[in-house]
Amino acid sequence: MSTQHLPEHPDFLWRNPEPKSSYDAVIVGGGGHGLATAYFLAKNHGMTNIAVLEKGWLAGGNMARNTTIIRSNYLWDESAAIYEHALKLWEILPEELEYDFLFSQRGVMNLAHTLGDVRESIRRVGANKLNGVDAEWLDPQQVKELCPILNIRDNIRYPVMGATYQPRAGIAKHDHVAWAFARKCDEMGVDIIQNCEVTGFLKDGDRVVGVKTNRGTINTEKVGLCAAGHSSVLAEMAGFQLPIQSHPLQALVSELHEPVHPTVVMSNHVHVYVSQAHKGELVMGAGVDSYNGYGQRGSFHVIEQQMAAAVELFPIFARAHVLRTWGGIVDTTLDASPIVGTTPVENMFVNCGWGTGGFKGTPAAGMTFAHTIATGAPHKLNAPFSLERFETGALIDEHGAAAVAH
Amino acid sequence: MLLIPCPNCGPRDETEFHYGGQAHVPYPENPNELTDTEWSRYLFYRENPKGIFAERWVHSTGCRQWFNMLRDTVSYDIKSVYPMGSKRPDRSPDGAPESGTASTGPDSTTTGSAAPSTSSTSFPSTTAPEGATK
Repeated sequence: MSTQHLPEHPDFLWRNPEPKSSYDAVIVGGGGHGLATAYFLAKNHGMTNIAVLEKGWLAGGNMARNTTIIRSNYLWDESAAIYEHALKLWEILPEELEYDFLFSQRGVMNLAHTLGDVRESIRRVGANKLNGVDAEWLDPQQVKELCPILNIRDNIRYPVMGATYQPRAGIAKHDHVAWAFARKCDEMGVDIIQNCEVTGFLKDGDRVVGVKTNRGTINTEKVGLCAAGHSSVLAEMAGFQLPIQSHPLQALVSELHEPVHPTVVMSNHVHVYVSQAHKGELVMGAGVDSYNGYGQRGSFHVIEQQMAAAVELFPIFARAHVLRTWGGIVDTTLDASPIVGTTPVENMFVNCGWGTGGFKGTPAAGMTFAHTIATGAPHKLNAPFSLERFETGALIDEHGAAAVAH
Repeated sequence: MLLIPCPNCGPRDETEFHYGGQAHVPYPENPNELTDTEWSRYLFYRENPKGIFAERWVHSTGCRQWFNMLRDTVSYDIKSVYPMGSKRPDRSPDGAPESGTASTGPDSTTTGSAAPSTSSTSFPSTTAPEGATK
């Protein structure tokens, strides 16, 4: 028998091509949403002569900075439909992409700490069930059974009065998700072009006909914007505005620990959410910093407050150490729902406004946005999430289900 | 954490303040005549510049007074504070409209010669501590 060798270093998962002078479509932003959009454009619509332009490195923005929570327990029909579609795609994507990104359906708990929380939560469980989303209401004792390290005593400032629970929710390895999409895109012929920053757009009247970049001009018939926190900057270049405010959103991890935390716990009221990554770090996040910012960093008191909340809910975290904190730039809308659809510029489409919860929406954003770009009209799942809703007043107010960043 | 120069109380920690979003957004003069599009602009659209932003803050746990501030949204440097009701100190008096398009103008650190007698003030750069990230 031959000697056992260590496996060869894996090949790179995608090429690094030079940009061509023209493409059928250009996606701006090589994060999760941009890559997913390119994947579904190629797979569902046969558009393979397309490019994904990324100004930095692949998936180095919010895709590298989120806390990887996946769930679909949103209140309104429109949101439940698109997020539940995303969750169903998450369930099949590892097989479809032939890449195990460790989607762990360990459940997500949303705690209730006040009578108002309890009423809102029970209402949301009812709404979820009607929409075919798995949801349960747990009393404090059931909360304790599912997550024994949670403090459910009533002597804390905001005692746990119960929780909603979605068993099919969970976490996944965010980097692997991006790599899985990128590899499949590359296989189908999509050009993923890193270090390529968009500096302007070429227009013929109201129609976009090309993209100016730091690596030359690229002619294209269609442009899809997937730039999260920088969406307003791109829209400005293209000559329109978006109802978006960009805020810093911070997260942190502890050093590695033995498995202590079996699920994902979120609290809107005391503003923290915690899970334990596959490797063992405790991963935490909370709400955005109040001010507008493009700095990929925030103020330390925001970290301090979420730590205080975490230690009160999980007393055993008191001796854990913060290993590192970081920030991303999130694109928030006033109704806490995304914008996926057409723009005032012909042949230019926008996918933005996912704010603090874009990771979970990645597959559905990609699928619906690809449909919108390919056909010129929204898919039925993203039709309600149009830019026009801010004029018609048909807002999708998800502040109840999305009050704390997630 | 930002160190915010309150015009009445001097430099104080950000935790004493609340944010009020974009400054210079007047209530429509003739609300009955607004179209849906105009209402939508007033209600939901705000500037979101990558650069200098004119914004409102209130010193909630201090003097409880509102004021305007110019801040860089990338470096978080505070460029100047100036009173509510006065014009942006970095725009020429007859130039840019109060609620114009997003700021892409030059990085100005003027002390606000355009502002009325209640002088606006420039302070040294105050940013979040370097150690706060990464």
